[in-house]
Amino acid sequence: MTPLIVIEGLSKEYLRGGQVIPVLVDLSLEVAEGEYIALMGPSGSGKSTLLNLIAGIDKPSSGTIRIGGIDITALSDAELTLWRSINVGFVFQFYNLMPVLSAFGNVELPLQLTSLSRAERRERVDAALALVGLTDRAAHLPNELSGGQQQRVAIARALITDPELIVADEPTGDLDRVTAQEILGLLGRLNAELGKTIVMVTHDPKAAETAHRLVHLEKGELAA
Amino acid sequence: MFVPLLVLKNALRHRLRTLLTVLGIVVAIAAFGLLRTLVDAWYAGANASSSARLVTRNSVSLVFPLPISYAEKLRQVSGVTGVAWANWFGGVYVSERNFFPQFAISGASYLDLYPEFVLPEAERRAFLADRQGAIAGRKLAEKFGWKVGDPIPLRGTIYPGTWTFNLRGIYDGAEASTDTSSFFFHYAYLNETFRQRYGRSMDSVGLYIEALKDPSAAAEVSQTIDAMFRNSYAETLTETEKAFQLGFVAMSDAIIGAIQAVSYIVIVIIMAVMANTMAMTARERYAEYATLKALGFGGGFVALLIVLESVAIALTGGALGVLATFPLARAFASTIGSLITGFEVSRETISLQLAAALAVGMIAAAIPAWRAARLRIVDGLRAIG
Repeated sequence: MTPLIVIEGLSKEYLRGGQVIPVLVDLSLEVAEGEYIALMGPSGSGKSTLLNLIAGIDKPSSGTIRIGGIDITALSDAELTLWRSINVGFVFQFYNLMPVLSAFGNVELPLQLTSLSRAERRERVDAALALVGLTDRAAHLPNELSGGQQQRVAIARALITDPELIVADEPTGDLDRVTAQEILGLLGRLNAELGKTIVMVTHDPKAAETAHRLVHLEKGELAA
Repeated sequence: MFVPLLVLKNALRHRLRTLLTVLGIVVAIAAFGLLRTLVDAWYAGANASSSARLVTRNSVSLVFPLPISYAEKLRQVSGVTGVAWANWFGGVYVSERNFFPQFAISGASYLDLYPEFVLPEAERRAFLADRQGAIAGRKLAEKFGWKVGDPIPLRGTIYPGTWTFNLRGIYDGAEASTDTSSFFFHYAYLNETFRQRYGRSMDSVGLYIEALKDPSAAAEVSQTIDAMFRNSYAETLTETEKAFQLGFVAMSDAIIGAIQAVSYIVIVIIMAVMANTMAMTARERYAEYATLKALGFGGGFVALLIVLESVAIALTGGALGVLATFPLARAFASTIGSLITGFEVSRETISLQLAAALAVGMIAAAIPAWRAARLRIVDGLRAIG
């Protein structure tokens, strides 16, 4: 299959108290289009950093990340912002919904950056909410929804611009087992039915089992 | 519609905090407006002065009078088209609390020089025909409930005894800024009664007012007048009416300066309070700003949200502060009575209040907006957990 993500010689270092701390060391990785991978590893192994770099919300110290043929490490901040709005859907551990916006408003948020009419936006949001089974909760504020429902709203928001890539950072980390299974099932459907490429960071082996491939990181390097 | 709605919802997230911030701004803007109005009122006399009139007084001090005989010589000065005189009376009406300016004036010649005092013709004739007659400004008459025909007793402080005047007219101001809180009566009555009571004539006045044919010749005419009385026993100082009024204001320069300084300090204080509120608000929302940026909104958008929210809160407080200034100014004016006239909230003051509110909103948001715009997404997301 054609690789959607091609990472070559990726390194990331942080400067803490005058000391250089390597987080990722000369890492190379390919993720195929439509693939669903789980990044696992102990705390500090660099999995969240790798996810942030793939999502274009952080910049590497060296190396390249090509996504859909575009070297995102060469993009300016403004270009990267635009690129993210089109190509990446985000699912966070703590949902990161806007507390003042309803479920509908949160899902609609990324569409505010597009030229779609109000009616077109409504149509898309309704469809996304239906997909995650929250049509009847459209008018509810995040604090009126359970954790699982909030995460489903976040997944609908991640889908709304129809990005190729969905990055999920511990998407079940704040949920109970049953709800976590629902969310993982939903991510699996996005991958299987809509062909979305998913990169998920998780500590949970059960969650990792739902992915096609498991990528282990140890001290910033891929473990054998 | 999305941005204003989001700004409004954000502003109402912590209702108590927003309410208290708005309340603080209301108090600050109203206080600023009140102090500005006080300063304006201080200068109101000078601003309402005519450039076509000169005032001549004793060069030593206003306390020293000028001979009444100067009137005829002043009329002869080239460029002078009319001469009137006035003398401060300083009487007390019922109680010392009821202060208002009282002048003994030269009758018709004085009224002719002050067309801004609008008096009905019949009342003017009645005043001029009655040697004991007096006229009062509308504001003053309303304050004490005087009607035309009422006897007005004043207890003299400079000219001892009780002086009773017949109120023959109530004048209005030609413009809103015209002072209508003064009381005028005939100098002739003062002079004659003084002679009867004390066996000698006053035959002197506090100041002369000259009407100019050409206002641009004010300096030249002033010099001519003062030169005419040089080396006499009562040398004169002649200046434009505005300069004369500003001379009074200058006596209280330090107080005015302090009032102006306080009015701006009030704004600086509320700016600091508002900046703290906005910094706290922005800090609490770092994760949301990071999320917005991750979703594709730029740093400028995030900064705009903060600035608009801050400006919306500040302008709400500013608008309410402006509205609160009017009853405050009325209450203040009624408390100080006629001590300061022209106590009106001007359009300029309202504009300054709104500009101050806008500046408070913009400046208070500047640093939080700048920080939020520069916030790294990964750092902002970490703010959650």
